[in-house]
Amino acid sequence: MNPPKTATAKKVNVAAARAPRGGSEELISGSEAVAHAVRLADVDVITAYPIRPYDTVMQYVSQLIADGEFDCEYIVAESEHSQFEIVKHASAVGARVFCGSSGVGWLYAFEALAVTAGLRLPMVAMVGNRALDDPGAFGVEHNDALAVRDLGWMLAWVATAQEALDTALIAYRVAEDKRVFLPCAISCDGAFLTHSQAIVNVPGQDMVDGFLPPYDRAEKQLHPDNPITIAPQANEDWVMEIRRQSDMAARRARDVIIEAYDDFNAQFGRGGEPFIERYMMEDAEVALVGMGTLAMPVKVAVRKMREQGKKVGFVRVRWFRPFPTIELQEALSGVQAVGVIDRDYSFGSSFFSGVLANDLRSALYPMVNRPGIVSFIAGLGGREVSTDNVIDITNKVLDAASGGDIDDQDTYWIGVRE
Amino acid sequence: MSTGSVEVVYRGIFQKTLAKNICRGIVFAAKNEGKIGIAFGRYSDSPERNGIPAKQFAVVADTEEEMEEHLSRYEPDNNDVTIAADDTLCKGVECWAWYGLQPINKLLKEGGTLLIPSTRSVNHLIGEIHRKGMPYNLAIVKGTASFSGLWVYKDDHTDVRLLGALAKVAPHIVSLDSILATIDDRLKATSAKKAYDLVESVSVGANQGNDEVPFEFEMPGWTEMEEGLVIRGIAGQQEVPGRDGGYVPTRNPTFKKFSTRTMRPVVNFDTCTQCKICWLQCPDSCFDITPDGFYDANMEACCGCGVCEAVCPVSQCITMVNEEAFTDNDSQWELWIEDKESYSGWLSEKISEPPARSHGFHHVGQYAEEIANEPS
Repeated sequence: MNPPKTATAKKVNVAAARAPRGGSEELISGSEAVAHAVRLADVDVITAYPIRPYDTVMQYVSQLIADGEFDCEYIVAESEHSQFEIVKHASAVGARVFCGSSGVGWLYAFEALAVTAGLRLPMVAMVGNRALDDPGAFGVEHNDALAVRDLGWMLAWVATAQEALDTALIAYRVAEDKRVFLPCAISCDGAFLTHSQAIVNVPGQDMVDGFLPPYDRAEKQLHPDNPITIAPQANEDWVMEIRRQSDMAARRARDVIIEAYDDFNAQFGRGGEPFIERYMMEDAEVALVGMGTLAMPVKVAVRKMREQGKKVGFVRVRWFRPFPTIELQEALSGVQAVGVIDRDYSFGSSFFSGVLANDLRSALYPMVNRPGIVSFIAGLGGREVSTDNVIDITNKVLDAASGGDIDDQDTYWIGVRE
Repeated sequence: MSTGSVEVVYRGIFQKTLAKNICRGIVFAAKNEGKIGIAFGRYSDSPERNGIPAKQFAVVADTEEEMEEHLSRYEPDNNDVTIAADDTLCKGVECWAWYGLQPINKLLKEGGTLLIPSTRSVNHLIGEIHRKGMPYNLAIVKGTASFSGLWVYKDDHTDVRLLGALAKVAPHIVSLDSILATIDDRLKATSAKKAYDLVESVSVGANQGNDEVPFEFEMPGWTEMEEGLVIRGIAGQQEVPGRDGGYVPTRNPTFKKFSTRTMRPVVNFDTCTQCKICWLQCPDSCFDITPDGFYDANMEACCGCGVCEAVCPVSQCITMVNEEAFTDNDSQWELWIEDKESYSGWLSEKISEPPARSHGFHHVGQYAEEIANEPS
């Protein structure tokens, strides 16, 4: 077996205890927070087409425009496909763009999503995570955003309205960096984030301007003074080279993300560690891993377990693409077992796990002392993931860690009626 | 052991079905001999574009293992026979997915046979075909190129005549008897047999032929290619030695497309009114503007589509002429400026060059008219 790869990621100066500087305190939802980020990023072109829960963002953006607080080209398209195509083209001519959708709306735009990444256009989109039909459902599942995970899209999951705002600003900076030029989607759990309000520090324009430079497509900008053709037809003699370029951009994105968090932490006094959030991991013997808003019941449950003397920790994956392989290997290197909670499914996949568990299993495979991974499916279709559910999950992971009956090569459905 | 492969180079749209028929015929004939055969088109070609050079292959083998050896490469590159379904392909071909001009005999093995339907002489064709550096045979079936539409084949027996000739030049691939056994129609079987009897084959020496070095280029690596699928426009104007004024746009030096041409426009500058319509309508922007305001079709860029002839308002000012009448891509305008009288003679001579060709169908019913007008 190969020796484990040592963690070589640059450490970010996390100014954890410092108070947020500047801006104003607002009671707003996650969707409003994203709308404010779009305003602060001074986005040029926005397209909209309603689908719940994403539509809350378009409502708040249009309200900001109507109130005279924000000026942009705001186009209501006739479908998600057109919605994403319009901003794709706008991005090619040098406009900073914003778009978004949910569930099957996101998938209806799939062709446009694929070409946006293929063309290396730094669109920033918000996905209000929603279950895919059928059955028609409004509640959160992560399969919508995850559908683009292999195409070059960078994917971030956020847990709070504040993080939604901050991550949107970081997303523009990373996506529009010349070393990257890849689109980025910020996933916000439907209802739990898009529709619930929290106190958010909305930074002042000066601070954002100091962090986020203007979008400059430079010599790749479609413009009459810069005669270029983009999006050619190519045969097998060219496609591999083009894919290799996208692969390299996705690799370079790692360092750009780290730089962005470094700067964000320094300038805004918040932002945290890029890629992952570690909760009570210092002495953890077992760890839970998940994405999005289920962090809240997980943290409560972890504290309850800690009160019982059980050394449980939590790692929240903040960026799914690029996948934080190094960070996760490092964070989970000391634990005996890992429980992965997927708010998504990958029917028929290895061990019938969710998407996160499958990627994590593959990321930890080169480790010499890799922990066992127990996979859990929970919270589908917007179902609550309760603290009791998480305690149940944790007990199963503890059982697996101590060689009990729980099979660390199986996937358990939590909260499903028998 | 009698394994081998046949390459059929044909013109997109016009000869796609012809090429398919030939390759299928080879496979069916091989089957009659208890052999395995496979026929396929070169996937990177773009046979749905008028006149663009494209390829079909037929591979014949005695065993599955032999067949796998043939098929374990993208295209057979050491063919027993190359059939050029149109003699204008002898000038070299630049397919959609090729990088430079390929000699028509490039994928022919040493001692193999290049088989062409043509009314031209052996010497005429050898003069066009690039030198191979090794000996091969040139076989001619007397006849004109068969042109039809995308999904149709004008049943003028070209397919069976080439199959009959193939049995003569490469009997180890398929015999005449097995070819004849695939043909139901007695008249067509007779055509195949006649072609078998009449095909003329000559040896071509290693250094015989056109000494032009075909243009080519190296494909860049992924780090050299511009990211973001960007292709830069080629700005500016070409400097033409000895020419002051006018406008010759810079063109793609690595994809010229002129091997798509089976006819070329010849321009009567004496009757040209400089109306610009050819220049405006040419889909490939191939007209250069001369210092005195004429429009000179650049033969490095012209695909021979015939649009200029169709839109020219002056009677017989632009005439499409069989590409076989020309040996170079030189400027017609320069020829005219040099000696207007001799140009006039040159023009008349070229326009009378047979046979007339068609590059696509311009009105409904044209195909039926052509069939009706052909001598039976």
